[in-house]
Amino acid sequence: MGRGNPKVTGVLPVALEDAVKLIGYLMLSTKEYVAVMQLHKEVDLSKVREVLEMFKGRIYQKPPVRSSVKRALRVKEVYELELIEYEHPYALIRVLCEHGTYVRKLIHDIGDVLGVGAHMRELRRVRTGPFKEEFNLVRLQELSEYVYLWKERKDEDKLKKAILPAEYMVSHLPKVVAVDGAVSAITYGADLAVPGVALVHEKIRKGDHVAIFTLKGELVAVGIAQMHTEELLQSKKGIFIKTKRVVMSRDVYPPSWKKRKE
Amino acid sequence: MKWFVVRESETDERYGKCPEDRGLNELLRFGVVNLDKPPGPTSHEVVAWVKNLLGLSKAGHGGTLEPCNGAG
Repeated sequence: MGRGNPKVTGVLPVALEDAVKLIGYLMLSTKEYVAVMQLHKEVDLSKVREVLEMFKGRIYQKPPVRSSVKRALRVKEVYELELIEYEHPYALIRVLCEHGTYVRKLIHDIGDVLGVGAHMRELRRVRTGPFKEEFNLVRLQELSEYVYLWKERKDEDKLKKAILPAEYMVSHLPKVVAVDGAVSAITYGADLAVPGVALVHEKIRKGDHVAIFTLKGELVAVGIAQMHTEELLQSKKGIFIKTKRVVMSRDVYPPSWKKRKE
Repeated sequence: MKWFVVRESETDERYGKCPEDRGLNELLRFGVVNLDKPPGPTSHEVVAWVKNLLGLSKAGHGGTLEPCNGAG
């Protein structure tokens, strides 16, 4: 059977310069795909629906031979699996799944359970974490055009609109806002203590990755919560966020220890 | 998500800047493009292309999108 390489397109957030530091937080986020599954023999529509139902929830996956991770059996969660259309030999499906789920493998396994075999013909990622197909998706061709307008016509509007502030990369994380006086110390690697907190999201759990913002909405760093939100609200001191990854430059906010001397 | 105000605090306008007020050069240093990966090139090749196009020293993608993996 001539298969060739499946066509793979869609949402691929590209981080620029210092935003590269935030990539790790995107990789662990929820993914959504639309895929074309080619069935090797015709089956009843009801049978396809029935088998797709079996692949919802926690599934076992062995990574494919040509993959970048260790080939040990992994448990992955498929949150949603929907049959959009089936017109033999093609079935269009939508998959909402945990990061690291192999859709190609999922389709192969669905084919095995159907008893007729199947392979992935086309794949389009429609979402990764906060990045969605419907919001500010830019084609390479368009980006190239915008760069031309900027360089040759001195018109930067379109390129500016195509680039989102890096803060968008952590918009799926819970947030805390630090007071101005606490910002500088965090950029030097200090943790965020309770007295430095201005605002906080509800339902933060101890151990969560939390994004630390300024009152102006600039991202300072990402860290790990050392207490739940409820505990913070009742505390006067102690460490709330252990700083892990600093993204803001050190010279943006004045150090509070200098201010005190003035 | 709901916010709790822990303490009333004001920000000094002399320092920092709202992300919406950043200029193009600032966005090029700390920004992200929600790119529609075309069929054909690998995620890595697409990133190299964007890096060259924008004249950057660093760029990276948030999770590969490749036929052999089909997921990231």
